[in-house]
Amino acid sequence: MSSALEPAQDLAPEEPRFAALRRLFSRERPATLVASAVVLVFVVVALAAPWLAPHDPLAQSYLRINTYPSAEHWLGTDQFGRDVFSRLLYGARNSLIFGLVSPAIAAVVGTTLGVAAGYFGGVIDRTVSRLIDTLLAFPELLLAIMVSAVLGGGFWNVVMVIAVAFVPGFARVARSATLAVKQEPYIEAAVAVGLGTMKTIWRHVLPNISAPVVVLATLWVASAIRLEASLSFLGLGTQPPNPSWGNIIRDGLGNIFGSPWPIIGAGFAITVVVLAFNILGDAMRDLLDPEIQ
Amino acid sequence: MMPEPLLAVRDLVVDFGKPGAPLRAVDGVGFEVEAGGAVGLVGESGSGKSVTALSILRLIGAPGRIAGGEIRLQGEDLLALPAAQMPEIRGRDIAMIFQEPMSSLNPLMTIGDQVGEALLLHQDLDRAARRARVVELLGLVGIPDPASRLGAYPHQFSGGMRQRVMIAMALACHPKLLIADEPTTALDVTIQAQVLELMKRIRDTTGAAILLISHDLGVIAEMCERVVVLYAGRVVEDGEVRAIFHRAAHPYTRGLLQSIPRLDDDRHRLSQIPGSVPLPGRVKAGCPFLGRCGLRIARCAEQMPPLVEIADRHRAACWVTAGARG
Repeated sequence: MSSALEPAQDLAPEEPRFAALRRLFSRERPATLVASAVVLVFVVVALAAPWLAPHDPLAQSYLRINTYPSAEHWLGTDQFGRDVFSRLLYGARNSLIFGLVSPAIAAVVGTTLGVAAGYFGGVIDRTVSRLIDTLLAFPELLLAIMVSAVLGGGFWNVVMVIAVAFVPGFARVARSATLAVKQEPYIEAAVAVGLGTMKTIWRHVLPNISAPVVVLATLWVASAIRLEASLSFLGLGTQPPNPSWGNIIRDGLGNIFGSPWPIIGAGFAITVVVLAFNILGDAMRDLLDPEIQ
Repeated sequence: MMPEPLLAVRDLVVDFGKPGAPLRAVDGVGFEVEAGGAVGLVGESGSGKSVTALSILRLIGAPGRIAGGEIRLQGEDLLALPAAQMPEIRGRDIAMIFQEPMSSLNPLMTIGDQVGEALLLHQDLDRAARRARVVELLGLVGIPDPASRLGAYPHQFSGGMRQRVMIAMALACHPKLLIADEPTTALDVTIQAQVLELMKRIRDTTGAAILLISHDLGVIAEMCERVVVLYAGRVVEDGEVRAIFHRAAHPYTRGLLQSIPRLDDDRHRLSQIPGSVPLPGRVKAGCPFLGRCGLRIARCAEQMPPLVEIADRHRAACWVTAGARG
């Protein structure tokens, strides 16, 4: 179809594909590169633990209790004669699952609550906001301890405990982002085209609040790993004999004069992985959050 | 008996604020748009023209609410429909073009998807047919090489281009009525002319009626046959464009016309209407234009003048110039 008008010639050049990813991993950010490498190693180790571990993490040997590092046992053995290095590798599995599943559940629940509160306002907003305020009044660890005291141990209970601790943060971020996006003319334009409320939220609100939610989720992978370790250290998380970085430290603490290596190994692993996820989260925030750019 | 108009707005009342102490933004506005016709709503900021436009699609959000009147589309009262039925009307029978082309497009959605959204909602087309229609629409509004621009994002388009995309979106389902809320206000003068030209051409080719909201009488004169002048939420004058321009009856309309700068004018100061629109809720009894009017008489402060017919299809609400009789 021909146009009676002069076609406008002011089209911007297209951005190269995956420009955002390229910026994330550019050479100007060596810390991000190192952090990404650490995360990659962590994920591979967690997935391949059964093949990488030199020993069964649960096998006890009363002939080799509290040994120091050797060629046979790289990080020595604990007070039951179990191989600390193998337990660390299996512990990574635990941390990975908790670190990914809990924030994911929290993100879904918290975002749903936050978007509902921000978009509909009124009674829904007041109810959700008071709930968030109440939950935010407790430190995450305290909240997690309270919930796990009620629910007890077990894998899914620990996942839920950590998720509950993170829901209010997601809800608050999603709510404030929704409040801002709701004012945008394109939301009104979408409604004017004939979209119903749910479709408007799904197609226009959610994509536009996804950046802060994704950033928060990344940052909280680190927090979830830390929280799981803390709970396990307190005896409320992963239950012995299953290895977790938290209960390796707990066991090692009781036996610190036998061998310090379980504490050194697990503490180092927690520090490095949490730091790596935090650096990655910060890089994502710099990239995705328009207010910081 | 006149044929039924496409759109008939009668005694529309829109309130803002708490129900106990409402602020009346629109107070008894009424006008008609005939099928294929073009009507302009004109008034200053705060005169209630955008609120009137949004009310037609029932897009007024809290704390605003439509407190009375009727909005009939081909005889059917939209205000009596259940709210759940409005999405079917929006975009299909009545489409809207917004004021802010820079922010009325979702920044994360491709142009093709956004133009196709109305088609997806209202028409049963398969992917290929929908794509073909989107390409056709983008071509119609003057986007060069539309097929290759479907995957482009709004930030890759300039303001004028985005307004064309908005128009393509509005046209997608052959609406009977196109409401354009200040479609050119945010654009450069040259782009304004192009967009107006485009809208005229679209009206000629598709037969859609246009309700054009503007504070610019020049734009309205170019596009419309009839003009409705709003002041403080009330209709103060309506009539054919020619009649309004040559024989404006209300002092406010005259003031608006006089404040258009002219090239052949050797005055150094632009003419203006003193004062500003009274805030909603501040209008007591009497004419809302009272405080700014040079022709006022005692009666103006006591009674709101009714809208009376002063010539064929030309009405005005003024005790003095229109000779209204109470």
